[in-house]
Amino acid sequence: MTTDAAAIGGMGHSVKRKEDARFLRGKGRYIDDIKLPGMLYMDIVRSPYAHANIKSIDASKALALPGVLAVITGKDLDAAGLAWMPTLMSDKQMVLPVDRVVYQAQEVAAVVATERYIAADGVALVEVDYEPLPPVIDPFKALEPDAPLVRPDREAQTNHIWHWESGDKARTDQLFNEAEVTVKEHIYLPRIHVSSIETCGCVASFDKVSGKLTVYMTTQAPHAIRTVYSLVTGIQEHKIRIVSPDIGGGFGGKVPVYPGYVIASVASIQTGLPVKWIEDRSENLQADSFARDYHITAELAAKNDGTMQALRVKTLADHGAFDAAANPSKFPAGLFSIITGSYRLDAAHVEVDGVYTNKPSGGVAYRCSFRVTEAVHTIERMVDTLAQKLQRDPAAVRMQNFIQPDAFPYKSATGWEYDSGNYPAALQKAMEKIDYAGLRREQAEKRARGELMGIGISTFTEIVGAGPSHTFDILGIKMFDSCEIRVHPTGSAIVRIGVQTQGQGHETTFAQIVAEELGLPVENITVEHGDTDTAPYGLGTYASRSTPTAGAATAVAARKIRDKAKKLAGHLLEVSPDDVEWVDYHFQVKGVPGRSVTMKDIAFAAYTNFPPDLEAGLEAVDYYDPPNLTFPFGAYICVVDIDRGTGMVKIRRFVAVDDCGNIINPMIVDGQIHGGLTMGMAPALFEAITYDENGNMQQSNFMDYLLPTAMETPVWETDKTTTPSPHHPFGAKGVGESATVGAPPAIANAVVDALSHLGVTHLDIPITPWKVYQILQEHGAAES
Amino acid sequence: MTQHVKLTINGRPYEADVPSRLLLVHFIREVAGLTGTHIGCDTTSCGACTVLVNGTPAKSCTLFAVQTDGANISTVEGLEQGGTLHPIQEGFYEEHGLQCGFCTPGMMMTSIAFLQENPDPTDDEIRHAISGNLCRCTGYMQIVKAVQYAARKMRDEQATPNTADSSAATATEAEVIR
Ligand code: FES
Ligand code: FES
Repeated sequence: MTTDAAAIGGMGHSVKRKEDARFLRGKGRYIDDIKLPGMLYMDIVRSPYAHANIKSIDASKALALPGVLAVITGKDLDAAGLAWMPTLMSDKQMVLPVDRVVYQAQEVAAVVATERYIAADGVALVEVDYEPLPPVIDPFKALEPDAPLVRPDREAQTNHIWHWESGDKARTDQLFNEAEVTVKEHIYLPRIHVSSIETCGCVASFDKVSGKLTVYMTTQAPHAIRTVYSLVTGIQEHKIRIVSPDIGGGFGGKVPVYPGYVIASVASIQTGLPVKWIEDRSENLQADSFARDYHITAELAAKNDGTMQALRVKTLADHGAFDAAANPSKFPAGLFSIITGSYRLDAAHVEVDGVYTNKPSGGVAYRCSFRVTEAVHTIERMVDTLAQKLQRDPAAVRMQNFIQPDAFPYKSATGWEYDSGNYPAALQKAMEKIDYAGLRREQAEKRARGELMGIGISTFTEIVGAGPSHTFDILGIKMFDSCEIRVHPTGSAIVRIGVQTQGQGHETTFAQIVAEELGLPVENITVEHGDTDTAPYGLGTYASRSTPTAGAATAVAARKIRDKAKKLAGHLLEVSPDDVEWVDYHFQVKGVPGRSVTMKDIAFAAYTNFPPDLEAGLEAVDYYDPPNLTFPFGAYICVVDIDRGTGMVKIRRFVAVDDCGNIINPMIVDGQIHGGLTMGMAPALFEAITYDENGNMQQSNFMDYLLPTAMETPVWETDKTTTPSPHHPFGAKGVGESATVGAPPAIANAVVDALSHLGVTHLDIPITPWKVYQILQEHGAAES
Repeated sequence: MTQHVKLTINGRPYEADVPSRLLLVHFIREVAGLTGTHIGCDTTSCGACTVLVNGTPAKSCTLFAVQTDGANISTVEGLEQGGTLHPIQEGFYEEHGLQCGFCTPGMMMTSIAFLQENPDPTDDEIRHAISGNLCRCTGYMQIVKAVQYAARKMRDEQATPNTADSSAATATEAEVIR
């Protein structure tokens, strides 16, 4: 008996997505599509000031408007002990302020009304009397002794939040003192915003009879939210149900608990009716969590022959008014210490200081929440800076300094144990694919003619898939993940997972894992997630952790089922289970291909004909605690042409060779990489959030905050190498954020390369036409 | 202030007294209950709300329902006919043109109108045509392929006309809401 592998649709097949059937017909169920009987609408009054005392709030005119049922203020929440809530980073944040606002667009009050438009009318009628205070906008000035305090509520009367460091300072300093060559750059990675096309929102529904609170919520981590809700409100956890419906893009922006969720829940408990709250785009851009905002000073020490020796990094991290970053609890600066990248270094020392400013809380996510993008950008820029100083080719310097394939598992200078990698092979492949040597020749010819062309490389190492639980937790909840599989008597199955999809295609890929392990056709497997009443406990989907953690749990749960199935197979084949083997998606008597049973036969037997010493049924649960993180990597090469008349950077080619270990669904991985590259290009060339000196946010809509359209996005050329993770059950690594992490330095390096003959050694992103044009003008290289 | 609005959506009549300020997208989503048309920005920037108004793509977040009184509106829900996906839906499925699916209805409506005008486009022409529709997930490459797939299929269908009557059953009586 042979099985048609394509019909099973297991590992490595580009199975078309199950979830598409509803999305293509307009039958998705996103948050704003949910309408419950008697549902009310909530809208939020927001602060026009970045820093102000609230002298009074007069809601009388709003309350007089027909249809307005309630106006909720900080004082109301304070009475219930809910004016503040904990953040994930041992800080607390305001749900609604009692007497002060600390950033522009902060939630000040909420209006609950019978209709959406009436709630908005009510917002305009709430009169708030503010006394403006001087805001703290510049994080460096925030540390000056006379700086106004952003958080007088804290015991420590300073804007400094914490100091974090990693590595060996003494050894690093020593290597710098003795170094033959050193390079240094100031690198600023500006604030950016994920801007998933769907904004955030919720429908909270409190059932007064049962006392149960159900919240449909745009969240990437429903279980963690349920636990936090229970701890904060005191409602028993079994009386809280969080449902994450279809999510219109997450990218980390839907990990935090936003005040709107909590206020809507309070409003529902108060009114006994369902309450819907949906952000508009300006609210989303102005008030939801931000990423990056790292002011980095980096130094690299090397020998004259290009051998890299040590890295020294100091960073000021602007966290806004609350430290609400979405990092594992013990990691205030996330996994920033992955900053030694793909290179052998004798020592490294990295410091980060977190600072409060009068801005919304930052440090959350932009398709990478754990500061890996900041780390990769720094090391990949510094390698280029070194190559430039030594007048060496940046590819050659990388090849010279790579951790070699036989050195894995490799202990990095900051203590991470990289699981597997083959960096030279990935770079070699990218160089061949793009014809690196040919491009360098072309560049020389063009430069002789005065044309500006640049080639940029990024050979990044990522770190994804948190746990292991001994190191990683969120508010004490360990970062494992889970899967529960039930095989039905007629050979189909339901799979429930603790992670949550926002477009990654889990309903397809997790079914493929089970198909592969059990030999059941992928079309007969349903995957469910996102409902805390039915899904097993998990920490959610972000930071590329789904496949490394819940994917592993799914394989392990399936293997538990297969172990039991083997016993049933022995029973059916009338041999000892020891004489049965799993071959080609079915069980057969060892060496006798003619005597076999399929998983479908076994499933039926599990309910109809099982041996007396075996329990009925065919199901399993696994809570998987990964022994280590996974370390995907890639080699990206970008070619840019610069218009001397406008300073416009055009990406002519971009080759991305990614290695995420064994792949479940190549089509989906390619899609993840295309999207990730586009979200890597965006901050490199277009996106940044800035504030004026009064703390007014300057990009509060899509006319000022420039998401790439199809016009700016190039044709991505993707390829892969495959270096399986040795510790993952099927050798996979995460992939969702790799390209977003790896792409920006490739682009920045290409632009610097194009301008290097003018003496340019660094450009901060986003590299806008205006920035480039000014440089061209300074050097008399602009075309008028 | 309310006004009486009568629209045809996907061949079916809808009538209601609505506030004059009611946006077309809210008429479609809340009054007609067709939630396949999404809202991503409410400032005419993202295209998630794109529908066809008398065959022309329009961002329904920036039109009042009263402005389109009497119009023929097409939304994503009307694309599938008699259990057969529209070529554009098939293209998005086959070419992995969607991930979270939030931009997808708007993308498809824009693409359909574009392919009526330009049945054999280049990739660059497609990129230009969909540049008013933002997608944060896909990086657009597979969307371009999806539109090319649909273009091919629609050209093939043109070449071998299907004699079967494909006109959808339309409700005859106005469904009066409120
Ligand atoms: S919602 Fe209409 S264009 Fe964005
Ligand atoms: S598929 Fe998510 S925005 Fe396009």
